[in-house]
Amino acid sequence: MALDFDLTEEQQMLRKMVRNFAEKEIAPVAQELDDKEEFSYHLTKRMGDLGLFGPFVSEDYGGSNVGYISYIIAVEEIARIDGSQAATLAAGNSLGIAPIYYYGNEEQKQKWLPDLCAGRALASFGLTEPNAGSDAGASKTTAVLEGDYWVLNGSKIFITNSTTDMSKVCTVQAVTGKRADGRPEISCILVPNGTPGFTTKTMHGKMVWRASNTGELYFTDCKVPKENLLGRRGDGFHQMLATLDGGRLSIAAMGLGGAQGAFELALKYASEREQFGRPIGTFQVNAFKLADMATEIELARLLLYKACWLCEQHRPFGKESAMAKMYCSEMYHRVVNQAVQLHGGYGLMKEYPIERHYRNQKLLDIGEGTSEVQRIVIARHIGVPGRAL
Amino acid sequence: MKIVVCIKQVPDTEAEVKWDIPKGTLKRDGMNPITNPFDEFALEEALLTREKYDGEIVAITMGPEKASDVLRNALALTVNSVYRCTDEAFAGSDTYATASVLAAAIKKIGDVDIVFCGKQSTDGNTGVVAAELATLLGWSPLTYVSKVRQIDAASKKIVVERAVEGGTEVVEAKLPAVVSVIKGINEPRLPNLIGIKKAAKVEIPQWNAADLNLDKSKVGSAAASTKVVEIAVPPPRGAGEILKGEIDEIVNIATDRLIDLKVIKS
Ligand SMILES: Cc1cc2nc3c(=O)[nH]c(=O)nc-3n(C[C@H](O)[C@H](O)[C@H](O)COP(=O)(O)OP(=O)(O)OC[C@H]3O[C@@H](n4cnc5c(N)ncnc54)[C@H](O)[C@@H]3O)c2cc1C
Repeated sequence: MALDFDLTEEQQMLRKMVRNFAEKEIAPVAQELDDKEEFSYHLTKRMGDLGLFGPFVSEDYGGSNVGYISYIIAVEEIARIDGSQAATLAAGNSLGIAPIYYYGNEEQKQKWLPDLCAGRALASFGLTEPNAGSDAGASKTTAVLEGDYWVLNGSKIFITNSTTDMSKVCTVQAVTGKRADGRPEISCILVPNGTPGFTTKTMHGKMVWRASNTGELYFTDCKVPKENLLGRRGDGFHQMLATLDGGRLSIAAMGLGGAQGAFELALKYASEREQFGRPIGTFQVNAFKLADMATEIELARLLLYKACWLCEQHRPFGKESAMAKMYCSEMYHRVVNQAVQLHGGYGLMKEYPIERHYRNQKLLDIGEGTSEVQRIVIARHIGVPGRAL
Repeated sequence: MKIVVCIKQVPDTEAEVKWDIPKGTLKRDGMNPITNPFDEFALEEALLTREKYDGEIVAITMGPEKASDVLRNALALTVNSVYRCTDEAFAGSDTYATASVLAAAIKKIGDVDIVFCGKQSTDGNTGVVAAELATLLGWSPLTYVSKVRQIDAASKKIVVERAVEGGTEVVEAKLPAVVSVIKGINEPRLPNLIGIKKAAKVEIPQWNAADLNLDKSKVGSAAASTKVVEIAVPPPRGAGEILKGEIDEIVNIATDRLIDLKVIKS
């Protein structure tokens, strides 16, 4: 029996636990945090208490080592209630913890992972720059080795979890030289928050993920010990691509969970709201919308879980994770669009959580590689000739 | 200190309950079963008691295979051991028959100082199992407990607060005791992922009638002193009445009606 769609006992218990947490502890405060654009230290600590940071990290470093499907279930359940908290968790894990866990040396892992996995600290991933977004290889930030120190100069933008009081370190992608083929040599360097020459600015005024922390980072002759290099010099670009392959699973999970939440709100509303003397869900056009939503969510879940399963089996999963990221994000868009439609005017009011879903969805078409970039990745994987650019 | 928690699996309180009318039992298939919400408070109280006084917690349930879930959840919350009491002969148990099985399990566990139960289950709603358990064991019955003030295992004493009509009663009793707790006595915690990971792998041990030294002819429907003879679903509520007119008039009519119905006094 090779095909088995059952979740394990552990995964079912985890889903129940996270759902409980999200409904009881996140739902009551989510809108207020969103209104105030406030990052929640309390909820982040609670996610740490519950063991949600470090699900793919070995117990030796304080992780729970429950695997990617479990991780994705946790993100899904939180995104079902609130995108911002799901962002803190997904970025904390996939962008903060993962590069240190997969590429760090023993000392770096011992130094950072226990606090990160306990939810006492957050790490961030500094890739995007004002002039290097989709073209992530075009980083201008430089790191020059001077004696025993790397000296960094440059800036990063849109970096999740980078400027909170508990943000302790950023994995910075920097140009460290020129390769033999003339292209820039890119490396990742761990830069602790608070290092002289490293300043941050919290970004405000977001339409999406308003309760998630996003920062601009500036490096001005910022010196860190040469031991802070992550993995080997010149491996940065590869590390970044692999990190994003994993990160895409969690963004996809946010699309899937968000769509699930939006669908449930729509189903409930359509069953309760009456016009023309009957629940609006009984009009066939609306019932069909709900049927389409449920079908697309089911499809998305199958694709995402398969990508996670491939990842857990240590098989290539880059194509499937790009497909899942793109499909789940765009599917969430279609679902939430119709979900708001079913809510009529009320769906446009902040009093209704569907309004927050509608805004938060948009990030997923853009962050960790836009939908266009996912299509480029997929095109490469399926053998479209040329570089599909 | 040795603590026992009795936990029952019940249908989700938020879902619609479906009855098998001819049989007079709940239709359990297709329903999402959960831990009886009151038992979550009992479990939390056991965890708090262990944190304060040390000791071990044993969680027990009587129920079918699926009921293992509530014990697994208790394990994820770090109780020390669990047992599921199950036997075909237990089928058709009423509260007294249930209490007899639980009492036998508690005796088998041995050296128990305190038993925590929820004040009632949300499906049966009888609220008498804890008292029956105390009676069968010959232990102090402490029902509707809103706070455990102090437990002294050495001098075999416990002091609790009970929620009584219009106030609080402070009661001192001898240990061992059976304590049934009310909602709000504490804030039940969630298991964490490490706990879940450990619990998910555990094979839940079972005790049948023979393990519990129970005579099969004296358990289940054979031991039940009550029997459900009929289940009736309440008739759907008729349409209400909408009062129309000037606001003062409506208020007067509504007040009169409420007085007639004895909802308010004139
Ligand atoms: C809230 C938030 C959090 C974020 N968190 C992080 C983080 O933690 N770390 C981090 O490094 N980054 C982070 N980002 C940055 C994010 O990854 C980038 O915004 C994203 O990669 C897109 O880059 P850009 O914004 O510069 O858009 P651009 O690259 O300028 O894209 C603009 C448009 O052009 C399209 N486009 C670009 N190139 C092509 C092409 N070759 N073919 C077709 N279309 C193309 C894009 O698809 C898009 O539609 C975050 C962003 C946001 C908004």
